[in-house]
Formats: sequence, C-alpha cells, structure tokens
Amino acid sequence: MELLLFKHNRPNRPVTFAEYRDEGGFQALRKALSGMSPGDVQQTVMDSGLRGRGGAGFPTGKKWSFVPRDLPGPRWLICNCDEMEPGTYKDRALLEQNPYSLIEGMTLACYALGVRHAFIFIRKGYEKAARNLSQAIAEAKEAGLLGERICGSEFSADIDLHLSAGRYICGEETALINALEGKRPNPRSKPPFPAVKGLWNGPTVVNNVETLANIPAIIAKGAGWFKGLALNPEGAGTKLFCVSGAVANRACFELPIGTPLGEIIDGPCGGMRGAKKFKACIPGGASTQFLTAEHLQVPMDFDTVAKAGSRLGSGGIVVFEEGQCLVAATLNLITFFARESCGWCTPCREGLPFVKEILQRIEAGRGEERDLGLLREHIKYLSYSFCALAPGAMAPLEGLLTHFEDEVREHIVKGGCPFKGQGGNEISW
Amino acid sequence: MIPDQLKNSLLSRVAEAVTPREAAVDVMKELQLHYGWLTDEAVGEAAHILGLSTLQVEELATFYELIYRRPVGRQVIHVCDSISCWCADCDGIIDHLKVRLGVELGGTSADGMFTLLPVCCMGMCGDSPAMSVNGTPYGRLTPELVDQILELEGTKLR
Repeated sequence: MELLLFKHNRPNRPVTFAEYRDEGGFQALRKALSGMSPGDVQQTVMDSGLRGRGGAGFPTGKKWSFVPRDLPGPRWLICNCDEMEPGTYKDRALLEQNPYSLIEGMTLACYALGVRHAFIFIRKGYEKAARNLSQAIAEAKEAGLLGERICGSEFSADIDLHLSAGRYICGEETALINALEGKRPNPRSKPPFPAVKGLWNGPTVVNNVETLANIPAIIAKGAGWFKGLALNPEGAGTKLFCVSGAVANRACFELPIGTPLGEIIDGPCGGMRGAKKFKACIPGGASTQFLTAEHLQVPMDFDTVAKAGSRLGSGGIVVFEEGQCLVAATLNLITFFARESCGWCTPCREGLPFVKEILQRIEAGRGEERDLGLLREHIKYLSYSFCALAPGAMAPLEGLLTHFEDEVREHIVKGGCPFKGQGGNEISW
Repeated sequence: MIPDQLKNSLLSRVAEAVTPREAAVDVMKELQLHYGWLTDEAVGEAAHILGLSTLQVEELATFYELIYRRPVGRQVIHVCDSISCWCADCDGIIDHLKVRLGVELGGTSADGMFTLLPVCCMGMCGDSPAMSVNGTPYGRLTPELVDQILELEGTKLR
C-alpha cells in the first residue's frame, strides 16, 4: 500500500529537513505558488474528498469554503494539536516523526485561504512535537518556504506555536479560540461560526494536524490519486489509526481509509494480547460508541462506522478483551468527562457526575433496575448541553446500553461486578 | 518580587503577542517556574504584566491542569488514569505510587519532593500505563520501573 503521512518516517528518529525536501517535500508548495490560484488549491482539496481527521469528519474543502472571500481585516488559520481525546495519539506519532508535512500543509492552507498568520495550538505534554515544529518552522523560513515572499512569490505567511497548559475542552474549536486569545477556554455559542467570526472576531479555520498534513500530497498528486488510496468506493485517503488496550502490538499505523476493523486488529496489531478473545472496542476515541465482535467486518471510514452505530472519530481504537468489565470501562470514560467538563453549562456540569454516581453504584453492586431508565434519560438530557462534550460522553454509555445491557443487568441482579472490577480515581482535594 | 531579567523577558513576550493576553498562559507558566506554583503574588504580577485584573488571571489559572494555585512538591507526578492506561492497570500503578510516596492523589510526600496528581490522557496510549514527572513522560510502567524513576528523579534535585 502507498503511504502518505508516514512516507518519510525513519526508524527511531525524526526525518530531517533535507531528507523531506529530497523526497519530494515542498514540491506541492512550489507547484501551487507557481501555477495554481488560491481557488485552485481550495477546489483540489474539495475534490479530494478529504474529511477532518480530528474527530468530526467534516469535509475540509467545504469548511474552507465557508470563509467569506470579501471580508476586510485579517483572517486566521489554527492547527488544532490539542490531542487529548483518550485513546488518541496519532498527531503525536506524526509530529514526533515528521513536522514538515504539517508546516507545508499549513502554508498551502494559508495560501488557499488568504491567511497571513497561522497558529499551531499544542497540548501540554507534547513538548517533543513542539520542538520539532519550532525547528521545522525555522528551517522552512531559512529556505524561503515560509515567512516573507515565499519562493519568491507575492505570498507571505507565518506560523506561531501556542503551548497550552492542559485541558480537554481546549480541543473544542471555539474553546480553543478563547484559549488562544488568553480568555478562559469555555466554548462560544455557534453561530456565528468561526469561519465568519472566530479568532479576534476574524474569519478563522480550525483544522486538525492530520488533516493539514494530508494537503501537500493532495496538491502534489491530485484529488483523484488521493481518493484512490481508500479501500471503499466512497472513501478518500489514508488514516492514522492509533491502537491501544488489549492488542498484542499497540502502535499507530497509517492504513487506507476503509480498512476493516478486524483486519487492523489481526494485521498490524498482531491480534489480541495473550490470545484472548475480542469483546469490544471504542473505534475513535473516548466519545465514540462501542463496536462489538459483530462489527469486525466494518470498513473504517466515516459513513460506514456511523452506519454501524458509532463514529470513526479520531481513529483512536481502544480494544477490550473478554473478561474486561464494560460497566467499569464506561465508568472510567464518564469519570474522565466529568472531570474535564468546563462547568459552563448545567447539563454537562451536573449531569456527568450524576451519571458517574449511577455507574459507580451499579459497579459496586448497589444498582437497581430503575438505574437503567435513569441512565437512558440522561443520555437524552445531556444532549441539551452547550457544546459537544456531554453528548460525546454519552456515546460510550449509549453503546454500553445498546450492546451490553445484559452485562449491566447482571451487575444489578448479582449485586456486584461479575468481573474483577476497576473504576475511576477520586482526587482528594 | 520577580527578578528584573524575568520581568523584562515576560514584558517582551507580551509585546510580541497579537494582543497582550494572548501571552497569558506563557506568562503564568514562567511565573510558576520561578515560584514553584502560581502564588497570589504571582497572580498579581501576571495581572500587572498582562494588563488584566487579578480576577481575570485567576479565572485562567484555575482552568488549566498545569497551573498550580496551591503549593506542590519540587516534582509533580501526573499519572494518567484515562481509558487506555486503565486497560493497562493504571490503578495498580497509582496504588503503588500512593504507598511509595505515602500520599493520596493530590497529596505531597512528607519530604516535599513529590506531588501526585491524576491526569487525563497524555497521548501515551500506545505505551500505557504512563505518567510524567515534571514534564518528562514515562510509559510501559511497572511497579519496579516506577521505583527506579522515583529514585532517578529524586537524585536529579539532590
């Protein structure tokens, strides 16, 4: 298969600027600046079928097209590298190996969108990625590929890093914009959407790391080529799948979009750890519904996973084996969301701890039949929250009740966890 | 009071920013590095440097995991308890850390060396269970490895 994002990777060290350049790096930027209009670049991205790799899967070209062409004043591009969705480490894997595709992709996006100044918003803990990016920015500037009059053209663009101090909600694009402005990072109401009124009230595009890192290859080789990389007819491109949990080989792999779930687990992951049996997985980070053994044939693409009742999300696959308690696993996930709720709106701030308490009760053997109804009600009520955090938190719970209701009921009937239980941790201050 | 050199470097960071408060997180981090935690004095200094009220700094400071508004040990251990680490028995690692340091989560060891905090996903899921000590990430933890890391990180400061 053809690699795109991991193409330049070296074993045990990041690729160098010279290596990236000699392997065709920055050719897409030169091509765009010498013979394509910004509109051509935007159209190529639109035609490629590229969908946002951060979790929501929104078509990138379409997102770009929402930016009004004629508004005066600066417009902004933000790369979202606030990768804090549990189970997700693909952007770290990418940037620790190769920061250049992102820098080239962002420069191309700046050109397509008419952006002079772009930011990369980096989560805490990704200092190595940040160092690589700092170096890549300096090298690109030195080579005339970033900064003033790029490649001798009329086009200029700069990229700055913003190193965050750690909070999950910052990955939500309007919260991220507040964070970048130095405001308390609660989400903003939409509309107005960032494409019209975002950073410092200017038109703003927020794209994920992996999304932007795909742009150079799309421009260099064309939309048709990119589409052809996928295994399923409606798919486009490759995807970084970062796998963790109960598999033998836990790592991040670049695979064609549409690779069946079971092939990822049996192939690059080397099957289950200790030859245990697959029980379930969350396919795209903490805020996605469980998939079960009956879903192993599902092609891993946005619409196909949605049809199976979950979401492709970030591509962070967390695998569970037979014998693992999914009530406890869901309790762990809800504990995370309850702690990370920004507290801005009531359904999320109050609802998540309440759901957590119910799950704790069930896991501890003090659950009652009526708790099942309470949980279902809360899936509904938490959808009235201000942003997508609480509905995302309800996804694994909904999956638990859809596919493993018997297991939840068994906890209630037996008055305890039928498996060896593990739960969330309480902070003591 | 912060040294003039630090103050000047913070002022120039603010001057480079698109708007002063864009630099707020950087300023809080630097002040915390100086004081060990973001003291009330530091909040006041940050407000002055950023042209914000202390309340505006406070509402930022209390939002972020990495900004400490109460005293911490010389080293802060962030141990991940999110789903991938849970699958790799982070609970066992956390219990081991609690016993070794003689603290509950949120506590600081009696010698003032380590503060133990749970943290959400570090992006180390492929190398779970994971923790970081003053920002240095460690993965594939076992109780034995945790002991070695505590020894190593403890010696760094001696």
